[in-house]
Amino acid sequence: MSQLTLADFGITQVLIARLVLIFVIFQALVLTSAFMVWMERKVCAYIQDREGPNRVGPAGLLQPFADVSKLVFKEDLRPKAADAFLFAIAPIISTATAFAAFSVVPFGGETTLFGLLDQPLRLEATDVNVAVLVIFAVASMGVYGIVLAGWSSNSKYSLLGGLRSSAQMISYELSYGLALASVIMLAGSMSLREVVTNQAGYWWGVVPKWYVFLQPLGFFIYMTAGVAETNRAPFDFPEAEQELVAGYHTEYSSMSFALFFMAEYINMVTVSAVATSLYLGGWLGPFSERFGVGWIYFIAKVLLLLFFYVWMRWTLPRYRYDQLMEFGWKWLLPMAVLNLIATAALVIWLG
Amino acid sequence: MELFAFYVFAGIAVLASLGVVSSKVPMHSVMLLIVSFGALAGLYVLLDAPFTAVTQIIVYAGAIMVLFLFVVMLLNQHKEDDPEVVPASVLKPGLRAGVLLSIMLAIEVAWGLSQLGVRPFSTEPGAVSSISSVARIGTALFTTHTFAFEVTSVLILVSMVGAVVIARREP
Repeated sequence: MSQLTLADFGITQVLIARLVLIFVIFQALVLTSAFMVWMERKVCAYIQDREGPNRVGPAGLLQPFADVSKLVFKEDLRPKAADAFLFAIAPIISTATAFAAFSVVPFGGETTLFGLLDQPLRLEATDVNVAVLVIFAVASMGVYGIVLAGWSSNSKYSLLGGLRSSAQMISYELSYGLALASVIMLAGSMSLREVVTNQAGYWWGVVPKWYVFLQPLGFFIYMTAGVAETNRAPFDFPEAEQELVAGYHTEYSSMSFALFFMAEYINMVTVSAVATSLYLGGWLGPFSERFGVGWIYFIAKVLLLLFFYVWMRWTLPRYRYDQLMEFGWKWLLPMAVLNLIATAALVIWLG
Repeated sequence: MELFAFYVFAGIAVLASLGVVSSKVPMHSVMLLIVSFGALAGLYVLLDAPFTAVTQIIVYAGAIMVLFLFVVMLLNQHKEDDPEVVPASVLKPGLRAGVLLSIMLAIEVAWGLSQLGVRPFSTEPGAVSSISSVARIGTALFTTHTFAFEVTSVLILVSMVGAVVIARREP
């Protein structure tokens, strides 16, 4: 009589490794959003010549955890005239789409975890052959969280915030998509993993073959549209505090309020991670394949872009609403179209 | 497994669509329509057409429904007014619509029965990959279906110009 093994129940090594990996990605995103709150406050403080949080933990590092434990124990209020169901699911939609978008981002090459596994494991939650489009689709679903929050609160500030958000998302999604299309044409693939592996190698032995050097305009358009999509300053109209109290989340309190912020920070991480994969060579770097340290390069590049995000927020003033629309439709979109045509012509010309 | 997923997605799609027409709050109808589109995208994935599924979400759930929401929010009508007409007067148009729908259903059932045993499309591996390949879809659009493609784009342009003309105020 042969002994039963775990494999007989369909539980294989690969399955366990994959589940652990998904769990790690999830926890990493949650921790990153906490870390981003700390980084935002710290960078903002130094830009304004202050110290920032420095009481809880070393250099105030545990401040986000103190904030979260405070928020958890606060009362969850709901306006009497609010649409109860939509009011409750709006922050959930925001956070769920933010997590879902990251699932197709690869953040490292193949690894066996120092010989622990029989087969090499790819460092990503899942590989989809239309990954770039999946990210675009999930990002476009994220707007519903904000719009529903604005509408279901039944308050005029929230409604205005929600309206602004939907108008802004529609305007900047087009440029965002066209910037993605240019990279897809260069790479000839929609899988993020293949886009990254296509960027391996160097020109003249020094300059890495990253698409940012072939697509400087595309990178600029992508980052600008990305900032607008995540509703960050200088495009933070949905929550412009001087005009709308707090915009779409005016009526929210406790953890449902915190969920919106978590979604915003995770969206920033996703936009930065996708920019890293599309334009900055993903996990590629010197010796990244030989020592299996690709994920360190990846995290370093993403952190650099995240710092850029925070830096921009505390440096640039907010646009006026008509300026936002004018910039999106009259400047960014024509630039994106020109970039797409030029890229297509170059790809055909150079084969 | 695949059959189970099909019933889940199909069930969600049908229930959500029923909710769209029966809900009294316009906002709920819009949200249920999005749920229905999402379930349809799931069905496309089961048919090995991930590209179609993602396009369905981007175009319908992502872009068009945001516009719908925009309109509903601008009207800011929280609840449909109760119908002032008495139910008796609803009966006649309802009967007409019912008769029309049952004729259409009968034709569809007859057509479906006549197609029994005929496989409309091949499920061989080669055929499946031709659906999912983005490059092949592009080639087909710009070679065999150029005319339909261009006519559709002109149609969209016409409707856009029409919308601008209607929205423009005379000075």
